Amino acid sequence: MLARLDPGSASARRGLSDIAIRNLFIIPTIVFLIVFNIFPLIYSLGYSFTDFRASGSAPANFIGLQNYRELLADEYIWNNFTITAKYVLVSVGGQVLVGFGVALLLNRKIPAKGLVTTLLLLPMMMSMAVVGLFWQLLYSPSWGIINYVLGLEDFGWLSNADVALYAVALTDIWMWSPFVMLLSLAGLSAIPQHLYEAAAIDRATRWYTFTRITLPLVTPLLLIAIIFRTMEAFKTFDLAFIMTSMESTELIAIRLYKMAFQEWQTGKSCAMAYVVLIMVLAITNIYVKYLNQAKAR
Amino acid sequence: MSKKKWSGLLAGAVFALACSSAPAAEKLTILWAQWDPANYLQELVKDYEKQTGVTVKVETTPWPDFQTKAFREFAAKGDAYDLVVGDSQWLGAGSTGGHYVELTDFFKKHGVDKSMAPATVEGYAEYPKGSKHYWAVPLEGDATGWSYRKDWFDDPKEKAAFKKKYGYDLGVPKTWAHMRDIAEFFHRPSEKRYGIAIYTDNSYDALVMGYENVLFGYGGDLGDYKTYKVKGIIDSKTAVDALKFYKELYKYTPPGWGKVFFLEDNQAITEGLASMSMNFFAFFPALTNPATNKNAKVTGYFANPEGPTGKRFAALGGQGISIIKYSKKQDQAMKFLEWFIKDDVQQKWAELGGYTCSAKVLQSENFRKATPYNQAFYETMFMVKDFWAVPEYAELLDSMNKRLHPFIVGNKGSAEEALAGVANDWDKTFRKAGLLK
Repeated sequence: MLARLDPGSASARRGLSDIAIRNLFIIPTIVFLIVFNIFPLIYSLGYSFTDFRASGSAPANFIGLQNYRELLADEYIWNNFTITAKYVLVSVGGQVLVGFGVALLLNRKIPAKGLVTTLLLLPMMMSMAVVGLFWQLLYSPSWGIINYVLGLEDFGWLSNADVALYAVALTDIWMWSPFVMLLSLAGLSAIPQHLYEAAAIDRATRWYTFTRITLPLVTPLLLIAIIFRTMEAFKTFDLAFIMTSMESTELIAIRLYKMAFQEWQTGKSCAMAYVVLIMVLAITNIYVKYLNQAKAR
Repeated sequence: MSKKKWSGLLAGAVFALACSSAPAAEKLTILWAQWDPANYLQELVKDYEKQTGVTVKVETTPWPDFQTKAFREFAAKGDAYDLVVGDSQWLGAGSTGGHYVELTDFFKKHGVDKSMAPATVEGYAEYPKGSKHYWAVPLEGDATGWSYRKDWFDDPKEKAAFKKKYGYDLGVPKTWAHMRDIAEFFHRPSEKRYGIAIYTDNSYDALVMGYENVLFGYGGDLGDYKTYKVKGIIDSKTAVDALKFYKELYKYTPPGWGKVFFLEDNQAITEGLASMSMNFFAFFPALTNPATNKNAKVTGYFANPEGPTGKRFAALGGQGISIIKYSKKQDQAMKFLEWFIKDDVQQKWAELGGYTCSAKVLQSENFRKATPYNQAFYETMFMVKDFWAVPEYAELLDSMNKRLHPFIVGNKGSAEEALAGVANDWDKTFRKAGLLK
């Protein structure tokens, strides 16, 4: 139930009720969401059952589940999903290892801790396009510093089909590990000190303290970071698109873009967008389930 | 607010309205990709503005976004652009999709099919092929050719060593086999010198165009352009041999050459990396300029060599200019095209650096001697062949890139498997589109 207005308040003087104020704030947002999110979502669902091509003048014909059947039977699409799964595993796994590791290092008394933390956050503040172009130069076989430092004279990181995906994932790890670090650091600094003191009195080993106190208490925040990063990694487009266009780096978002805006298979690409949406929702739900379990503990 | 102030504001508003309703100067907007020829066109149309008072603005967008932006505008039936200088492959989608104004009557009335080089009319204007229906006026002729290091080729020591090894004189390659020998000869990674620079980028049409040069020269083809039959043609032994040859050329490229297009292929010459470099003629002006190419004085140019059957072809690039159906200024756009096809305008277009398609200008002595590469361009424009121009061309390109790139660059599978895959994919696409029964 809504609280009544203070008769002396400015809103009351202008004759605006609580309900009117609530509506004033909520209705524009709801209208915006319906027009720009819900309506296109439903409209594109309709298109996913048609052979519509936005580049042509022919009307959309209803073809039932044909788009979905073709997509699920397409070896290329499955290959794109496999590539995406590999990318998500390597990229998010790497970010968690590096991000959490750096957070553990920063969660102690070190000089200029604030400055170091701020500097470490810089990569994730940069634009994806800039990072992609920048790393493309670093990886260059002719003048890139990576080959120079590693002594790999002519090695083509982004032109080698076996390595290109991992090279892109490494860039993503560099860029987004700070995000995981930030959330982990928040989780680590929220752990009550008396737990560590009690463990020290009981002569608990460092490993025991880490596995029984640190990890369980930081897990909810770490899982939130993993959920966000998994969803983002699953949708990665710009970084891989800018850095390389090998078949072995064609993530599902890139395939979707090509299908929708280069090949103009509008109906089929709508169907594919739904397949991707369902997969992201399914993966997110699994994480949320684990998150709730972690919180309950 | 006083009554006086209100009257003042009202008067101002009326004046502003009166001004805005005054007839605005006429303006045409042309959409093209962001590259030097678009700048030359912007320069050329200043004459049109002087003569007619109509402003013409050439709006450009980067190459990777060009197709997407143009078709997004078509899909929205937008009138932001009146004309578009579209890729030759867009003809099918532009015409059957109802985005281009048909120019068949315009062609007949002004004899455009006769005044422009035949290959450019077929490549940039006609759809379907052989139908005598025209949708664009050939504007920027282009095709792939070669730049090479004259100083390396003319070095007496190199000449002697080459003759000793291969038994014939080192010079501009007359056949693809000669080109392979020269690439092998100059490939010296320990000296940071490499044999050849070819296209390998698989994001649009670069790799496919590169392969087409060899495929057509070998006597192969993409398919039957009338029946859309592809099985037995694109996967024929000739096509397989051509693909194996293209992969062999890749062996002699500089390191990290697995995804390169025009920029890198020009760099191969400017940075002194390769002895020969494939590129579209439109990108050669940068190589003649000593400010952008320190090797400008020692850079030469030649057209594609012959294949084993004596056939000589080049992959067609370039674009035609079309009137967009949704433009509200179609009459004015038509008048602009009438002006553009005039002989003196075509002459000026060529002088500015544009690659005219006018047969008369192309054949003139002046044009052929105007730059070090115009002779090669002239030869090439009479032996060009294009990729499919059907509305499904992007799917066909994508499929070919997917099959060829792993074989050429990634060393995966065989040439036979790659082309059999292309034939299957294309067969499915043509059947689905109703083109192949």
